Amino acid sequence: MDLSIIGAAAINGLLLGGVYTLVASGLTLIYGVLHIINFAHGSLLMLAMFGVYFLLTMAGVDPYLSLVIMVPAMYVLGYLLYRFVIGRFASGKDENILLITLGLSILIENLALMFFKGDSRTISVSYIDDMVQVGPTLVSLPKIISFVAAIALCAALGLVIKYTDIGKSIRAVARERMGARLVGINVDRIFAISYGIGIATLGAAACLLMPIFYVSPTTGQVFIMVAFTVVVLGGMGSFAGALVGGLIVGLTESFGGLFLGESLGQIGISLIFILILLLRPTGLFGAKR
Amino acid sequence: MNAAAPTARQAWLLHGSLLLVALVFPFVFSSSFAVNLGVMALFYAFIGQSWNISGGFAGQLSFGHVAFFGAGAYAAAIVQMRWGLSPWVGLPAAAIAGGLVGGIIAVLSFRAGLKGSYFALITLAFAEVLRILANSVDITGGGLGMLIPAKPGAANFQFPERREFYFLMLLLTVGSIALALWLKRSRFGARLAAIRENEDAAKALGIDVFREKVKVMVLSGALCGIGGCFFTQYYLYIDPSIAFGMDKSVEMLLVSMIGGAGTVYGPLIGSVLLAVINESARALTTIQGLSLVIYGVLLVIIIAMLPNGLVDLFRRKPSAKADAKGGR
Repeated sequence: MDLSIIGAAAINGLLLGGVYTLVASGLTLIYGVLHIINFAHGSLLMLAMFGVYFLLTMAGVDPYLSLVIMVPAMYVLGYLLYRFVIGRFASGKDENILLITLGLSILIENLALMFFKGDSRTISVSYIDDMVQVGPTLVSLPKIISFVAAIALCAALGLVIKYTDIGKSIRAVARERMGARLVGINVDRIFAISYGIGIATLGAAACLLMPIFYVSPTTGQVFIMVAFTVVVLGGMGSFAGALVGGLIVGLTESFGGLFLGESLGQIGISLIFILILLLRPTGLFGAKR
Repeated sequence: MNAAAPTARQAWLLHGSLLLVALVFPFVFSSSFAVNLGVMALFYAFIGQSWNISGGFAGQLSFGHVAFFGAGAYAAAIVQMRWGLSPWVGLPAAAIAGGLVGGIIAVLSFRAGLKGSYFALITLAFAEVLRILANSVDITGGGLGMLIPAKPGAANFQFPERREFYFLMLLLTVGSIALALWLKRSRFGARLAAIRENEDAAKALGIDVFREKVKVMVLSGALCGIGGCFFTQYYLYIDPSIAFGMDKSVEMLLVSMIGGAGTVYGPLIGSVLLAVINESARALTTIQGLSLVIYGVLLVIIIAMLPNGLVDLFRRKPSAKADAKGGR
């Protein structure tokens, strides 16, 4: 096979992987801090993508500019969801919270279907078809922007978690809830903030995805398996893991499509998910529990 | 069992009157619309029961039961379309295919020690793998699916009248309820309940937890596979997203959880309720999605307030199990 095709697939896969990393970083943060599996992650991403779509079509806000609206909006949504729904049931069996978030995702997906109908929507902005020469191949400009912005946002999130007071509290709660409570951290507030931040990453991801993807009420289902795969691959709760996991999943998808064809090519992600859970459930980087 | 458990006589009266209602239903409401509604309610009660046997009785939450359903649906289509056998051979073939897929997934996942949410997620991934395979290989007809030629006649497992399908589905559903009743009383069912409540304690009691869990997944898978065979014969068409789509996994879980997971009549109550909601929503509005919005809300409410499902509303006193659960 022509080397340049392989090169192009590799570049495309890596670029896609950047956005996957951002989507998964919210999921892994929520898991790392709250120890819950947020099955509503995909449907909340879909909701945010509709937000970006309507900001552009109704108010003319550029998708990248809508970051400053979508990130706080999704943060507030996540915070409220935790306070009024998820937080109330977060104790008890872990399956219960999985079912609660499943119920939420069914709800969100079908509300979207009721109000926005089932059609797939794409946006059009002037730069959407712009291409840039990268090495031997042409690459779509929005994909490059998405990748760079996604990695920058992940790094920013990492810095917030590492250096700010809120970040330190979040890490303290993730490590040891009881101890955090004993030193005076309001654990429930940190849970709500962490869930809010986890959902805010989806607001950012939606802005970066809309120029290169489509949205329909079932778009969340496309991303839920991808996000879970990235997270288990990197190790639940690990940021560095999410980055490597995101890139591996992006490459898998891209090469899968290249070598196995459009339909069979999608099998790679689910297979990775299964194999990691069966053979190395702590992921590539997760600590042994 | 529990304080509110009916006496044997009351129980038989309940079973008998329910069966009577089910038997006269297609004669009282004889329009093809009503009979179809009855078929679908029974169908979801049946596949819901298959979910309930592993998800409710044994507590092994699954998000990918459609893997067994689809395996059965395709097995039924393949034996007649590709191998030229009688469509009736599809029934045992579907049970075997569903049970086999259930057994393989169970052995792999339980061997790796997956539990709770992780087991739920891996079943989802297995179903997705099967969907993609069905979409890509020749024997299933790929993305086009398989259209079974219409040859009406009982010998071809194709009934000209919906009512005949209704009675077949009723027979299957009664069988699944009898199976659930047996599970409630048998040693096997008791072992499953022990595993559901506390796996480590069950192990300490000398229960071979791995074996029992694999057994229940095979049983549940076989039952779900039979549901798939029925579906293929009823619609005479199957494709990858119908056979392995996540929505059906979710619906099986919903009817069972909403009606009452781990109870004999939970899936039936859930599926009848969902059928009613579905049709009322369709009568009220042409907008899609309303009924599933209601299911989503119901699921959240049920998990939060009625851990044993709507069955609890029909009991005079909260059962001992509900108390034990509420106390956690």
